[in-house]
Amino acid sequence: MERKSKYLVLKDRLYTDSDEWVKIDGDIAVVGITDYAQKKLRDIIGVDLPKPDTRVKRGDPVAVVESVKAAADIYAPMDGIISEANERLLDSPELINKDPYGEGWIFKVKLTEKPEGLLEAEKYMEKIGE
Amino acid sequence: MWGQASWDEPLLFDYKGKRRVGILIPKEELNAQTHLPEKARRKGGPDLPELSELEVVRHFLRLSQMSYGVDLGMVPLGSCTMKYNPKVQEVSSKVTEELHPLQDEDTVQGALEMLYQMQSWLAEITGMDQCSLQVPAGSAGELAGVLMTRKYHEDRDHHRTEMLVADSAHGTNPASAAMAGFKVIYVRTDPEGLVDLRLLKEVVGSDTAGFMLTNPSTLGLFEENIEEIASTIHSVDGILYYDGANLNGIVGIARPGDMGFDVVHLNLHKTFAVPHGGGGPGAGAVCAKGKMVDYLPGPLVGQVDGKYSWSIMPKRSIGRIATFHGNVGNVVRSYTYLLGLGSEGTAMLGVMSTIATNYLISKLRGVRGLELPYSSRPRKHEVVYTVSPALKEVGLTAEDVAKALLDRGFYAPTIYFPPIVPEALMIEVTETESKESIDQFAVALREVMEEAYSNINSVKESPKRTAASRLDYVKANHPSTFTPSYRVKKMREEGKLSPLR
Repeated sequence: MERKSKYLVLKDRLYTDSDEWVKIDGDIAVVGITDYAQKKLRDIIGVDLPKPDTRVKRGDPVAVVESVKAAADIYAPMDGIISEANERLLDSPELINKDPYGEGWIFKVKLTEKPEGLLEAEKYMEKIGE
Repeated sequence: MWGQASWDEPLLFDYKGKRRVGILIPKEELNAQTHLPEKARRKGGPDLPELSELEVVRHFLRLSQMSYGVDLGMVPLGSCTMKYNPKVQEVSSKVTEELHPLQDEDTVQGALEMLYQMQSWLAEITGMDQCSLQVPAGSAGELAGVLMTRKYHEDRDHHRTEMLVADSAHGTNPASAAMAGFKVIYVRTDPEGLVDLRLLKEVVGSDTAGFMLTNPSTLGLFEENIEEIASTIHSVDGILYYDGANLNGIVGIARPGDMGFDVVHLNLHKTFAVPHGGGGPGAGAVCAKGKMVDYLPGPLVGQVDGKYSWSIMPKRSIGRIATFHGNVGNVVRSYTYLLGLGSEGTAMLGVMSTIATNYLISKLRGVRGLELPYSSRPRKHEVVYTVSPALKEVGLTAEDVAKALLDRGFYAPTIYFPPIVPEALMIEVTETESKESIDQFAVALREVMEEAYSNINSVKESPKRTAASRLDYVKANHPSTFTPSYRVKKMREEGKLSPLR
């Protein structure tokens, strides 16, 4: 873990331009939103989760995170098939605020191709201006 | 000094009395038989409140004392045009109360005549050829306009997939376009606060179905290049659509039809004084010009053998946009309003609403912490300020300003809209406010801004003199506490409900 700035950015995973994080484990990618994103959104009060077995393409909006401030689309960071969605978020959406990189994970994707265009932690930190 | 009534008023269901009745229902001996399936039958009687007439009267009176409306004080919501609703409307609305849309036309000639006249009056006011009053609200009018556009292109075998929308537009514009299956393309506002014409010309092409626009814009600025915008859209046979939310700023001075708009929707509850706020019902109209008249929702009222009748079905109509004929009980209110104004009064709406807002602007010059984004040109009927300077200097947000205004007896302006202006305050005075009322509002807003700089905590704690203060937004929205109905509240108390998903 590396906390150089007011936004937590973990080195053990990759990132997207739209503030999602991706942790790849074999052929499954776990996806959530970053600490920067949850701080900007403020209190999260609802999540629309994708359905398992949905085929997705990189850049498709697959989930919606709703906060007191805004509703934000969450995009598939790569091509694949949704394998699981974090149902706990339906009762406790605030997990995304409390633990965005752990219990606040949003969905998992079974990879059909090697993902491309994901950012390393350093590049993401540059992107958010830290 | 402002002080709002504050009652700890329980819900009707929580009143304690039993077996009290405020109305006597006569017993009838009926020989009717009912054949209800067993599973549709109730297990017990309905859980209705048991109250006397006096308890009910006091209950609603107390609630009314804790509410706020334009009859109590100014409601300066931008683009809402919360003008005063003349009480004579109540009398005219009673006339239509007893009528049923399926009655024989011979028995409702007065109502049909009224609708026929409204169809043509609204067309005259907007510079269009014909109007349909079937739309029950503004957003329905927008959907109608977008569906008309879609059908227009389908008829000509055009494959238009994109609808252009100004980035300062009200959210219903892209929502309606998306509902009709279009891809929404946002057109940016330039540094002058107007539609970026150069960008528009780049974006318009063979995929363009049309452009949804309001004029004056939500920034309160008149789109000076509107004729060029119109010719750009028409050069690809696109449809130029007018969102009528801001019509109040130009009535009597300019007409959308003359500017080149092909389809217009109107909010009768805004410009035409139907009471509104708190969810409706409103009333709308959708008007069209030239070739688009054939696509209007129908039927429309026409004249047959000297009688009024639902005789006009536009040749390529999109069909019905609502059951029956729209909110006739509200259309008649606008009719009364227009009769009361006459053509002279109607022609003054644009001028008077513009003067009212610009008078307010002159009173707010030099207020620390408030800034006029985009140019300092005169606005039309509404103005958008940004509180960003105060946010940077003392941490004051637009929401704080709104809450502090409530303490001074004013409803707040719209906040955080349009989304292109940070910490936005969108203010529309309307022409029905007196000079004194505008002066008081200017004083109140000045006081709020001054208090922010001298004692920000006091502003952050506002409102203190209203019946309800700041809500816990998280609790109000969280799945485990969000309570949309009394039934949900009861089930939660009995432990029968898990978080709402």
